[in-house]
Amino acid sequence: MALLEVKNLQVRVEEREILHGLTLTVEEGQVHAIMGPNGSGKSTLSHVIAGKPGYEVTGGEILFKGEDLLAMEPEERAAKGVFLAFQYPVEIPGVATMTFLRTALNAQRKARGEGEFSTPEFLKKVREVAGSLGIPQEMLKRGVNVGFSGGEKKRNEVLQMALFQPSLCILDEMDSGLDIDALRVASEGVNALRSPQRSMVVITHYQRLLDYIVPDVVHVMAKGRVVKSGGKELALELEATGYAQYTEAAA
Amino acid sequence: MTVVATKTDGQAASAFQAARSRLPGAAAVAEQRQAAFDNYTRQGLPHRRVEDWKYTDLRVLMREVLPLAAAPDHAHLARAADALQLHAIDGVRRLVLVDGVFVADLSDLAELEPGLSIRPLREVLEAGEALDDRWPAPDTADAMVAFNAALMTDGVVIEVGADITLQRPLQIVHVAAATEPASIVTRSLLRVGQNATATLVESFVAADGSTRYQLHDALHVTIAEGGRLDHLRLNEDAIDAFHIASLFASLHGQARYNACALTTGGGVSRYQGFVRFNGDGAEVTANGVNLLNGTQHADTTLFLDHAVPHCVSREVFRAVLDGRAHSVFQGRIMVRPHAQKTDAKMMTRALLLSDEAEADNKPELEIFADDVTCGHGATTGALDDTLLFYLRARGLPEKEAQALLIQAFIGEAIESIVDDQLRALAIAVGERWLEARA
Ligand SMILES: Nc1ncnc2c1ncn2[C@@H]1O[C@H](COP(=O)(O)OP(=O)(O)O)[C@@H](O)[C@H]1O
Ligand SMILES: [Mg+2]
Repeated sequence: MALLEVKNLQVRVEEREILHGLTLTVEEGQVHAIMGPNGSGKSTLSHVIAGKPGYEVTGGEILFKGEDLLAMEPEERAAKGVFLAFQYPVEIPGVATMTFLRTALNAQRKARGEGEFSTPEFLKKVREVAGSLGIPQEMLKRGVNVGFSGGEKKRNEVLQMALFQPSLCILDEMDSGLDIDALRVASEGVNALRSPQRSMVVITHYQRLLDYIVPDVVHVMAKGRVVKSGGKELALELEATGYAQYTEAAA
Repeated sequence: MTVVATKTDGQAASAFQAARSRLPGAAAVAEQRQAAFDNYTRQGLPHRRVEDWKYTDLRVLMREVLPLAAAPDHAHLARAADALQLHAIDGVRRLVLVDGVFVADLSDLAELEPGLSIRPLREVLEAGEALDDRWPAPDTADAMVAFNAALMTDGVVIEVGADITLQRPLQIVHVAAATEPASIVTRSLLRVGQNATATLVESFVAADGSTRYQLHDALHVTIAEGGRLDHLRLNEDAIDAFHIASLFASLHGQARYNACALTTGGGVSRYQGFVRFNGDGAEVTANGVNLLNGTQHADTTLFLDHAVPHCVSREVFRAVLDGRAHSVFQGRIMVRPHAQKTDAKMMTRALLLSDEAEADNKPELEIFADDVTCGHGATTGALDDTLLFYLRARGLPEKEAQALLIQAFIGEAIESIVDDQLRALAIAVGERWLEARA
């Protein structure tokens, strides 16, 4: 059984159809890349998988570990192992990063019927992971993402991924707004999480990210559909030819 | 304006007549009472055409004036003692008023630090000491202040001598324990001497099994040159109680007054603060939080009177409203002609958790000096959906996600509390409110 099966998904936002029958299957342990021009619906797909309100699913289904994902609240999806690293992580003033991490982790554990982490155990774990990502302790005391640079925000997303240990990670344009150094650090963090028990969907506009996070499968998305799938060489091909052929073909 | 006699006018008159013989203080004090009652009678309960009370029309909200509470008997005191245990704070010097009467047995008057004096108001009034110049006179003709002056039964009179730094916070606890519907009328005075430092916690609670009551309180605060008072006020009165309270604060040169008032209790409440700067270089922080649910109505009205130059005032007010609750914040900053270099800022925000909740915000600046920095702002809105989704996508159930954001929201007002234990206490009040909501 595949970890994630998106079948003929149709999604509307404010009366307008954005996804027109999208199909995608991700096996356990695989890393898939989704590439496509701006406006093709990549973020929409990631939001619908994570359960963001405001999207109307008018057709199709999403199965996660064989279960109907669309019937679940966002927090249930998180507890079951779905993690979306946001393209634009939000700032939450007044909620200390540490408090947020502990509250979130314990909420997920509680939902799975696992015991809460003790404070020392939790602190040790966070320090360990933060250290490996080069996140200073001082940052963890600040409000979630408040005053963080673009790179720091993305690293904070990877920190959460490492802490929550999800089975499906969706990375939405992790590379946007990052310089090469920041991109390398974040990618190393992601690569360290690759495992046969964990799948990833890496959404990006540019091939560049895929030099760091090398995918098993590459999909091209255009106008709300997956229009072509292939191996990692497809990304290089796109780099050379651009998206024009697909946007025309899909039109 | 013609005054229409209402049912409540008659009730107030009979409450005053009935209580008169047992109200403490003869001669000058009795005259003050009569004058205050006449003042009240001329106006009656404030209503929406009285500008300062426009959002809190007591003729609609109050409907009755209850007779003065009887002195608490043994059973009442026992229930009050239980309530005290429930609201105990470690390390404070507790001063307890039950149904408006100071109860020495429940209070902690042992080993007063040198320079600290605490007396029941009743004793002061019975000794015939009128409330003289040492105390800031209420600079207002407010009808409810007059009502309080006419009917006050007791309170505490605290003086902290010059250069004294009180190690233990003082706590005045108002416990309602009456089993007959009653008015409770108290007034307390606190004077912080030159370069002295004190912390005051005020708590308003009800004992189990008390019936509906109307609490009327007033607090006079004087901070002499270089003195400092930290003040935490917790209105956790019964959910069907009336709570009308006034603060008169007077600050002398370089004085510091750092206050935070939380309201979760009371069916209808009004906290009106009159803060006056009487000496250069004084600083005031007067923050507040209303956490309301059901049909609660809470009104915080502040008047900051910058009468002298070089003073600083800050107000951060937060309201979180669920159900059909109604919160009012009125803040008026007056900068008089000589008060140059005044630095005054007021920010009020309301968070609506339900479509039926309502917030009225009225910050006002009246500036008669030309070299000042003043500002105010007001916002009303719902929780941010984007933030809520981010938290839920990380596994927090909806209510927990809301609670985290609400705590952050009220944290902006609470963070001014300096003492760690008292700040934790204020946070715990918020947590209790959130738990009750969940
Ligand atoms: N909340 C929204 N309201 C209206 N239109 C939206 C909304 N979100 C996305 N869209 C539209 O849906 C299309 C796909 O957007 P998106 O999923 O963000 O694409 P991508 O991430 O591939 O750039 C775009 O045309 C965009 O304008
Ligand atoms: Mg996008």
